[in-house]
Amino acid sequence: MIWPQDLIWTYDFTLLVLVVATAALSLALKDLMGAAIVFGTYSFFMCLLWTVMGAVDVAFTEAAVGAGVSTVFFIATAYNIKKEAKD
Amino acid sequence: MKALSLLLALFVGFLLIGVLDDLPAWGDAKSPANSYVSAYYLKNSMEQTHVPNVVTAVLADYRGFDTMFETGVVFVAVIGIMAILRRDPKEEDSETGDRPPHAPPEGFILGVATRFIVPFMQMFALYVIAHGHHSPGGGFQGGVILGASLILMAMTGELESALDRMREKWFIVLVAGGFLLYAGVGLGCMFFGGNFLDYSALAPLLGGDPKAAAIMARYHGMLWVEIGVAFTVMSSMFAIFAYLSSDGRMDRGL
Repeated sequence: MIWPQDLIWTYDFTLLVLVVATAALSLALKDLMGAAIVFGTYSFFMCLLWTVMGAVDVAFTEAAVGAGVSTVFFIATAYNIKKEAKD
Repeated sequence: MKALSLLLALFVGFLLIGVLDDLPAWGDAKSPANSYVSAYYLKNSMEQTHVPNVVTAVLADYRGFDTMFETGVVFVAVIGIMAILRRDPKEEDSETGDRPPHAPPEGFILGVATRFIVPFMQMFALYVIAHGHHSPGGGFQGGVILGASLILMAMTGELESALDRMREKWFIVLVAGGFLLYAGVGLGCMFFGGNFLDYSALAPLLGGDPKAAAIMARYHGMLWVEIGVAFTVMSSMFAIFAYLSSDGRMDRGL
């Protein structure tokens, strides 16, 4: 796939900003359930970044494992323990 | 302590950014990683294995030994989770009072939508497993989608309704069975006189022109190991969710 040079730069930049922002937010959130969900969106943006770089197999794995199942695991864990992080 | 760890994190961060310049440029054809083995795979994988998706050819054939023990890692992880989380439901324990309230999902639409979407998910998962040679995907991704379909059933209904499809005693059987299927294909290659996981040794099973059969044996060998990976990953994903959501008791879900 051939992107126009300036378009892919904008794409990459937007995705990178979103990846860093969601990663920082998931660390900063006190509510564990919210942090798990934000971490899921982080995985999804990572998945888009892999796709832009042409690593479709990795993107597929990231979408299925990172954004899908591991978010569910985090939510299941967060539900069964205390709701708030101490720090 | 907090200031110290912040200082340490900043230091390591600057160190990492500092060495960014030394990495080869993205997509650089002359970088060390692209010069030797990658070039060999790209040039030869199609005629040696007849698999268009080079990623699958590398993962399941050229580096099949790596992938086999990655499946082994999943197996070990499930054993660890069972050892930590599993509890005997008959055993009395005093912690029961601490559990969060059970809120079974209600609603007609949720149930109908789940029953509608699950067959499509599982069909798509089988496609991803079987078509991993030609398109992105393979045993790992397909197995995760199969596991996710079971998890969806457990989340929108009761855990029991998903456990009806796959009982707890089957978890470890399927996780180990997938790994054994993978290793069994490798041992089968040895049985026919080849090296471990050298699928071309399975050519006599296919018959016909031995040279073409050796290529196609690698193609089909990859499919079998992908199926093994899919079994392991599917049951491990569902097992992990079942243990986490029921606090190891298998009596009720979230």
